[in-house]
Amino acid sequence: MSEQRDLVLDVQHLTKHFPMGGMRDARKVHAVEDVTFSIPRTEIVTLVGESGSGKSTTARLISRLIEPTSGEVIYNGTDVLKSQPRGASLDYRGDVQMVFQDPFGSLNPAHTIGYHIERPLLIHKKVSGRKELRERVLDLLNTVGLGPAEETAEKFPYELSGGQRQRVGFARALSVEPKVILADEPVSMLDVSIRVGVLNLMKRLADDSGLSFLYITHDIASARYISDHTNVMYAGRMVEGAPSDELVHEPAHPYTRLLLSAVPNPHAGLRTQETVARGEIPSLIDPPPGCPFAARCPHVMPVCREVMPNAVTIAPNHWVRCHLYGDGGVSPLPTAANSVG
Amino acid sequence: MSTDVKRGIRAVPGNFVPLIEIDNLQVEYLAGRGSVRAVDGVSFSIGKGEVVGLAGESGSGKSTIAQAIMRILQPPAIITGGKVLIEGKDVLQMSDKQIRDFRWDEVSMVFQSAMNSLNPVMTVGDQIIDAILAHRKISEQQAREQAKEMLRIVGIEADRIDSYPHQLSGGMRQRAVIAIALALQPPLMIMDEPTTALDVVVQREILAKITELREQFGFSILFITHDMSLLVEISDRIAIMYGGEIVEMAPSRELFENPLHPYTQGLMASFPALTGPRKRLEGIPGSPPDLISPPSGCRFHPRCPHRFGPCDSIHPPLIEVRPNHFVACHLHTTPEGSAQ
Ligand SMILES: Nc1ncnc2c1ncn2[C@@H]1O[C@H](COP(=O)(O)OP(=O)(O)OP(=O)(O)O)[C@@H](O)[C@H]1O
Ligand SMILES: Nc1ncnc2c1ncn2[C@@H]1O[C@H](COP(=O)(O)OP(=O)(O)OP(=O)(O)O)[C@@H](O)[C@H]1O
Ligand code: SF4
Ligand SMILES: [Mg+2]
Ligand SMILES: [Mg+2]
Repeated sequence: MSEQRDLVLDVQHLTKHFPMGGMRDARKVHAVEDVTFSIPRTEIVTLVGESGSGKSTTARLISRLIEPTSGEVIYNGTDVLKSQPRGASLDYRGDVQMVFQDPFGSLNPAHTIGYHIERPLLIHKKVSGRKELRERVLDLLNTVGLGPAEETAEKFPYELSGGQRQRVGFARALSVEPKVILADEPVSMLDVSIRVGVLNLMKRLADDSGLSFLYITHDIASARYISDHTNVMYAGRMVEGAPSDELVHEPAHPYTRLLLSAVPNPHAGLRTQETVARGEIPSLIDPPPGCPFAARCPHVMPVCREVMPNAVTIAPNHWVRCHLYGDGGVSPLPTAANSVG
Repeated sequence: MSTDVKRGIRAVPGNFVPLIEIDNLQVEYLAGRGSVRAVDGVSFSIGKGEVVGLAGESGSGKSTIAQAIMRILQPPAIITGGKVLIEGKDVLQMSDKQIRDFRWDEVSMVFQSAMNSLNPVMTVGDQIIDAILAHRKISEQQAREQAKEMLRIVGIEADRIDSYPHQLSGGMRQRAVIAIALALQPPLMIMDEPTTALDVVVQREILAKITELREQFGFSILFITHDMSLLVEISDRIAIMYGGEIVEMAPSRELFENPLHPYTQGLMASFPALTGPRKRLEGIPGSPPDLISPPSGCRFHPRCPHRFGPCDSIHPPLIEVRPNHFVACHLHTTPEGSAQ
């Protein structure tokens, strides 16, 4: 279980507090709090969790679009936050690509689809000459199912449907031959058939071309389908991590269990699902001490409202941050070796 | 034949009173090489208080239908035919003033780009308050309280009321737009992929709330999503689109348990399962149809595992093969026996 893994990315205690923004409002939004996880080379690691729990912020921190309040992002053994000034890290920016969550906000309306894919190819000097540039662009568009490619390349973003834009984002990330792709809900607007195609492509890129992925999604079944390991976030905190299949079959954290119970599962037939009570909305604005899920948890104990539970390893590569497990919070934080499979 | 089809699609058991009827709608986008026939002869209706789900392939024309109903399509889009009747009036023939009133009073829409459709320089609270004040004669203070309540309904803490859109997560922005639509409670609500950025717990809570409000106020919903399992739960009937056409439409349970069109069947077979053995899925082989020169006959024929004689030459009409179950496929040309 604790064999040394070859980690392409190792995220340690990543934390981001945003100012509330109001003029006299000194409060902070604790968007990401002490997040530790890693991505082994050629693996797909999933991040699931509540809307607003800090998934996109985590990806933006890793890609260095924003700077963390504290924490480390170790890429191939070096802390990229320390070692390079932000603007100078072109290599890192090329190696680690992001697919943005919002396909409507992330394409420039004034430029063609072809331009969107050409640009990174030119910036990162991936092609020599117009002909090769053109070929790469068409090739990438075909790869993501946006044929006929000659035509798609000439189109403007407004001519594409939501799902088509989403695939442009994916093609753009692929264009510079990255080592790691941080894919923020890359398939949420695709019908299941095309979705399976993109998921199979990710799997193939990981297996055959040595890419590694952070896959952010709300589709837990798809996470199990392609990813090796799944981490669960709730209110800025990582609350559980396990091999994807195990997480679905043996969820430990009460939030993970709630999440799984709410998944509509067409294969289970039409079951009438009990509606889950909302309870308190978790507050990220100067949050109270203790477990962030305490206000909603059916198993809450007095200690939960007082003390933040530590992460406890409960099975090989499976850890959970909850007072129901372990001995009241003396277990060590997960290390890279046992936090991610 | 075609009038039968339209009557049939309207005929739903119970006391079905149509709110909106879409009749042979045709929309084209003028593109360089020719025109993209994004919506090609689509007919269906939505009853009062009914939820109709629209699913289907990416790029098959779902958002275009939604925009045609609202009459917000911009050039190069042109509506080349058909009617959109709401309580007998044709939206496509309304004067500018009538269409403004219609958009204001009778329909509200959550755009697929919801995450990106809020005004970036205005707080979400002010945007919700403006919408409420435009429709109700209440004080600004009352509107602010209502806005906070709407935020709570969609699971956003009321303290975020003074946040700007960029300070919210993708799913929170989507929820703020849903909150605006719900605050207005018009007779028809169009929701285009409203929950793509929501986790299943929040999604379920919001859908429960929408259902509750619908029962209370009796509005109708056109719900567009790729999430079939979600559609089955929320809608009364589901229409499946492929290449600009409806290829199948049925009550949601019937469609889910007994999909007849090979495209629908392919969709149903492409879900990764949450539990059980992990097996590789292939999706539907082949690529989406080119809508500038769509395939002859059945548009799905180049990809269909069951294609035979007439499929590449004759266009199959949408016919009722079981009560309220319509399908456009040569495998199902005659209504199944009345013993069904
Ligand atoms: N302005 C435009 N000019 C040219 N073609 C367009 C334009 N807008 C949309 N299209 C094309 O019309 C077709 C239908 O688009 P629409 O947005 O309605 O699809 P959709 O079913 O909503 O897809 P998705 O599920 O991916 O959102 C697509 O093939 C798209 O490329
Ligand atoms: N620039 C910002 N200023 C203030 N708060 C911010 C900012 N960006 C994000 N936040 C807050 O940080 C929290 C986490 O946001 P994030 O976008 O990471 O969530 P997410 O998990 O990706 O959610 P979703 O699934 O809805 O996309 C949210 O509460 C959000 O409001
Ligand atoms: S720590 Fe306590 S409150 Fe948190 S999930 Fe576990 S039991 Fe519930
Ligand atoms: Mg996000
Ligand atoms: Mg759409």
